[in-house]
Amino acid sequence: MDYLIRFIQMHESFRQLEIEALAELHQLQFEWLFYSNESPFAIIRFINTEDPEGAAKSLISRSILSLAIHELWGIGTDYPTLHADVRHRTQHLWPQYLHSTFRFEIDAFHGSHSQASQRAIIESFSYTAFQGAIRMHNPDNQFTVFEDYTLNTTVPKRVYHGRRVAESGRKAVTKYSLKKRRYIATTSMDAELSLVTANLTLAAPGKLVYDPFMGTGSFPLACAHFGASVFGSDLDGRSIRGKPDGRNVHANFTQYGTSPLYLGGFVADLTNTPVRAAGRGGGRLLDAIICDPPYGVREGLKVLGSTRAALQEVVYLSDGTPAHLSQSYVPPKKPYSFVRMLDDVLAFAAGALVDGGRLCMWMPVAGATAEDEGEEEGGEEYAVPLHPALELVGECTQQFSKWSRRLLTYRRLQDSVIDHDRLSAYQTTRSTAQNGTAESKGTADDLNDFRRKYFQGFRDPTIPRKHERLPHTF
Amino acid sequence: MKLLTLNFLTCARKTCKATAASFPLHCREVELEQVEMDPNPLFIKNMLPRLDWKAMKGLTQELGLPQLPNEAPSEEELQGADGEPTQVLNDLHTLLMETSVVSGKLVCGNCEYEYPVKDGIASFLLPSHMV
Ligand SMILES: [Zn+2]
Repeated sequence: MDYLIRFIQMHESFRQLEIEALAELHQLQFEWLFYSNESPFAIIRFINTEDPEGAAKSLISRSILSLAIHELWGIGTDYPTLHADVRHRTQHLWPQYLHSTFRFEIDAFHGSHSQASQRAIIESFSYTAFQGAIRMHNPDNQFTVFEDYTLNTTVPKRVYHGRRVAESGRKAVTKYSLKKRRYIATTSMDAELSLVTANLTLAAPGKLVYDPFMGTGSFPLACAHFGASVFGSDLDGRSIRGKPDGRNVHANFTQYGTSPLYLGGFVADLTNTPVRAAGRGGGRLLDAIICDPPYGVREGLKVLGSTRAALQEVVYLSDGTPAHLSQSYVPPKKPYSFVRMLDDVLAFAAGALVDGGRLCMWMPVAGATAEDEGEEEGGEEYAVPLHPALELVGECTQQFSKWSRRLLTYRRLQDSVIDHDRLSAYQTTRSTAQNGTAESKGTADDLNDFRRKYFQGFRDPTIPRKHERLPHTF
Repeated sequence: MKLLTLNFLTCARKTCKATAASFPLHCREVELEQVEMDPNPLFIKNMLPRLDWKAMKGLTQELGLPQLPNEAPSEEELQGADGEPTQVLNDLHTLLMETSVVSGKLVCGNCEYEYPVKDGIASFLLPSHMV
């Protein structure tokens, strides 16, 4: 049998990648028989499985961007072709449903029906001759007719019939809603996309996931929801320590009952990370890295260090003690190129992820809309950063009114399949870039296309506050 | 911060990372806390091959905690014939997952830099002359 996935009609570019990630996680093979970003209905077929229904349940159980999976009973471009297909595909199955209780639903996308017309559709399936009682609650089986309309038309372009197999994991979106969470900030990633991102990392029981820009911990919290053990860090210690009244990252894990999975948070900078590389006795550490690096809109990005010559040496206070040992010492930070930061994330991931481990990283696309074209010289759109040890699994885009951001997903390749010429060329380029002084001389704007663009033009008061990634403040 | 996490952390200074003495960090004047929780055998099993066992053993000595064996236990030693967690697993669970550093200092054996831990949160920020 084939299966119909009922997606939500949102975040379309994330949907296939989420399902493919869940298939990889559960070691299921399938092919897409039908998928379109314009439709909430997709058809898949499992390959090499003796238990497709079990596979369908596993596949959908954690999915955030779908509602349910159904056994496909028929497809048509209209009702006559649908009924013919239903007979063809399922006539041999009808006896086993003869006496079971059932419920019959109509799911019309971009369409609607009067009660009378709903009844007429349901009655058109009476040839299956099911005799069981109709139950609105907890029926043995739920049958659904799916209709797919082009917007503002009255006749569906495609119709499907299916028997529901399992519900998705979408309820977690409500459970993790920022409105109900104890500790959040204006920059906290919403529950839905945090959970989707966690799915793309293949977070699961027994795995270790790290967020190097964890803020209030939305991503680690989402990964822990799926059973992974997590830890994180942030350059801004206040975000981890939280509020004096006890609202902090740890309290969020306690709220959701996952504190045993929270290994801890610490204050650190990815460029000077304390997380050890492999080969120090232990192997590569991490199953996944999940992050939304700061975009530096407000203040420009910062990294530990200073461009002032005087601060390259130890600074002594008037009483002769070194300033950095004082209780109130605040380490200086210098401007930092956004592009270089992304490269640092990839280099770190290449060194820390186990084979097959994943990096999921958000970044702004910047200036990709048509109206921006011609206003500026090219180059507003960031190139997708690449690393020879990381294979790009997919890109998903979230569009806002004036800008967009994308989620990049990478997989750590086995050392044996890495192109070693590319790797050594990459390492040479990277060490040249690191030893150069460009980044220490530039202003925050020179270093960050996204920030410059943001202030030059596309600042729009209609952008909701929460979509504006506030930088770390110091 | 759980003791397990300490096994992931080295001195943050680039110049130190190449030296053997920068890992593990040494605990100085630390206050420990123990919080009971259900064991996570699958996680412990997955972490075993990734841990630096020698560092783990050194840490227990430094902290005066029950000693670990010289060699890391094998996967088979974690689960009894009945499928139940073994004493080995329970001991590892207590050490790695239930025991946390609440406060104190983590010290690099190479540069002697002290990273403070407060309320369970360590800070690895470096002054600019060390970056
Ligand atoms: Zn050091």
